[in-house]
Amino acid sequence: MDSSIINAIITMSAIGVVSAIILFFIAQKFKVIEDPRIDIVEEALPKANCGGCGYAGCRAFAEGMVKAGTMEGFFCPVGGNDLMKSLGPLLGLIPEEKAPQIAVLRCNGSIKNSIPKFEYDGDHTCSFTTNLTAGLGGCQFGCLGGGECVDACNFDAMYMDPITNLPVVKDNCVACNACVLACPRNILELRNRGPKDKRIYVACMNEEKGPLAKLNCTVACIGCNACVKVCNFDAIHVNNFLAYIDYEKCTLCRKCVEVCPTDAIHEINFKPRVPKVETEKNTPQPKEKLLVVEKEISKSDTAEFEASSNN
Amino acid sequence: MGLLTFKIGGIHPLENKMSAQAAIEEFPLPTKAVFPLSQHLGVPAKALVKRGDTVKVGQIIAKGEAFISADIHSSVSGKVAKVEPVLDSSGFRRESVIIDVEGDEWDESIDRSPEIIKECKLESSEIVKRIHACGIVGMGGATFPTQVKYMVPQGKTVEYLIINGVECEPYLTSDHRLMLEKGEELIIGITIMMKSLKVDKAIIGIENNKPDAIAHLSKIAANYKGISVVSLKVQYPQGGEKQLIDAVLKRQIPSGKLPIEVGCVVNNVGTAFAIYEAVQKNKPLIERIVTVTGKTVSKPSNYKVRIGTPIISLIEKAGGNMESTGKVINGGPMMGKSLITVDAAVTKGTSGILLIENEKSKRIPILNCIRCGKCTSVCPMGLEPHLLSIISVNGMNERTEKERVMDCIECGSCVYTCPSGRPLLDNIRLGKRNVGIMIRNRSKK
Repeated sequence: MDSSIINAIITMSAIGVVSAIILFFIAQKFKVIEDPRIDIVEEALPKANCGGCGYAGCRAFAEGMVKAGTMEGFFCPVGGNDLMKSLGPLLGLIPEEKAPQIAVLRCNGSIKNSIPKFEYDGDHTCSFTTNLTAGLGGCQFGCLGGGECVDACNFDAMYMDPITNLPVVKDNCVACNACVLACPRNILELRNRGPKDKRIYVACMNEEKGPLAKLNCTVACIGCNACVKVCNFDAIHVNNFLAYIDYEKCTLCRKCVEVCPTDAIHEINFKPRVPKVETEKNTPQPKEKLLVVEKEISKSDTAEFEASSNN
Repeated sequence: MGLLTFKIGGIHPLENKMSAQAAIEEFPLPTKAVFPLSQHLGVPAKALVKRGDTVKVGQIIAKGEAFISADIHSSVSGKVAKVEPVLDSSGFRRESVIIDVEGDEWDESIDRSPEIIKECKLESSEIVKRIHACGIVGMGGATFPTQVKYMVPQGKTVEYLIINGVECEPYLTSDHRLMLEKGEELIIGITIMMKSLKVDKAIIGIENNKPDAIAHLSKIAANYKGISVVSLKVQYPQGGEKQLIDAVLKRQIPSGKLPIEVGCVVNNVGTAFAIYEAVQKNKPLIERIVTVTGKTVSKPSNYKVRIGTPIISLIEKAGGNMESTGKVINGGPMMGKSLITVDAAVTKGTSGILLIENEKSKRIPILNCIRCGKCTSVCPMGLEPHLLSIISVNGMNERTEKERVMDCIECGSCVYTCPSGRPLLDNIRLGKRNVGIMIRNRSKK
């Protein structure tokens, strides 16, 4: 055999051995000692890397929590309370409990309710059109229908309704906050899911005076204060002609939904209404106010009133 | 040697100056005038009047308190009907003063005689104060408060005053008519501006599709020291201040800097005329020349309009056929914005009202980019619009900033030339907005 091949093999092996020794010592010297719990926590997390917790991803969240040595301020919205409870014993910490939340669209200005006033054939992305124009219906606070929130959703929990051209949040929303950040008009809000997923909220963001708001959209909040007066729990406040329901204080009594003249307050996942006569007994307020209808309000009358306020 | 023009990029769209021969007509008083409190660049002014107040023509109705802001004066006399948000041309409601017109009673301090006053007795700083008090803004369309330009920062010297009589936008002729009919006043305005800036050289740049204006102004300028008129090759967007300085002086402004960096101050001819009226006649900015034109207008005209007049009345007077009109544009076809409502008012920046016929008002279908590079070759700022467009849409803000997106002057040459009808400028504007937010956040930290 040619000696050059043997020489080559010997040289290469020698270089290999020497390098291995050097690398071994370097590895010893610069060893990063990581808390093994980080890996355990990361393994338990949903690995959605959605950023809903406020960290860059699940690994960063696990690192942050283990290093902080407390679970205060750390909450994974995807895993929810169950996950946080299971993580507690792993780390020997007490988990923070939070009410489960869901994203809510605070606008109902669909094509039907807020009729387009002009044609627009430019770029349709929300972040672009929000600067250019108030929106097809003329409301400068409402949904633009560009669907940037749907694009931002990592959980397939949103879709655009083809008829109303508004985004719809499905029940599998994990409240990761991605859509809220994506919306240039801040229409989406994370609200508590409430018992049995029942929610009441004002589906409007219009801060204009009543007549102006009504001009552009039939279901706009006009800041009439009717809901504030009827609320017994101090849960509703009107700022800049816009009502806001505090979900922490709301007891889901639905009184405000009844009195809203523009149907701007929405109730979700409630049973269908009981017949009107009964609700009337429960709430005597309309009788006092409606001086014109002093006589007994018959069934047909209330139906008419409902119909007219619906239009 | 060929005619002067700027070095890179540029296009030559059809000129369509249909109203070039129409003399300026005085537009009748409106019955109701609307003054948005934000009709200039910068911080909106604050209303000084309230409901029920009586105002005279030329009376101040809103004060611009911030550094970059401008005062607003009433162009009509009458009673203040309301101070409330009113739909502006882009569809947003903005705070405005609405005045019901009664008679035409002018403020006593305004000199309304037609006689031309040549000599200016005011000192440099007094001229700037007068410009500020009269609410003068750049009349070319950008509406930048003029007094800011005249407060030269320390350590900078001004060598040249450049007057923009280019009017490179197709269709528009308001500056052209102003140069022809108010030449003498305009040149006196320039001497006042020169005195204020303490410069002895002023150059008026005019494109050579207006030979009558060039001849007229050259004849008048010969009687005044230091003012010269240069004829420029027709090229869009020569009216941009960076392009105009390049065309006239062959000086290039570094990226992100202002014309003062190369010793220039650029103003529009309309501004020069407004300064003449403000300084010599004490007349605030309450009128402007507006071109009403388009293929669906039976009588393309130039009107001298009181600011606050509803745009619809201008269109009616010029015989605009609204049924065959698909789009009404505030400004020229290249940089103007289409109106959402024709009830909006004429503001300080309304240089023209352009009616586009139904067939031409739709965009062509958007096709794929074929990498032909036409947009890059016409960009007057030397940018790559196709690249900026893509990285803006994908939210690559750092990269977009590195590719100098903030240098874009939004002239629209790239969109004009794109064979695939891509919304390049729309996307670049989006990128500019995002980068602007990023820069602001950075400076906060």
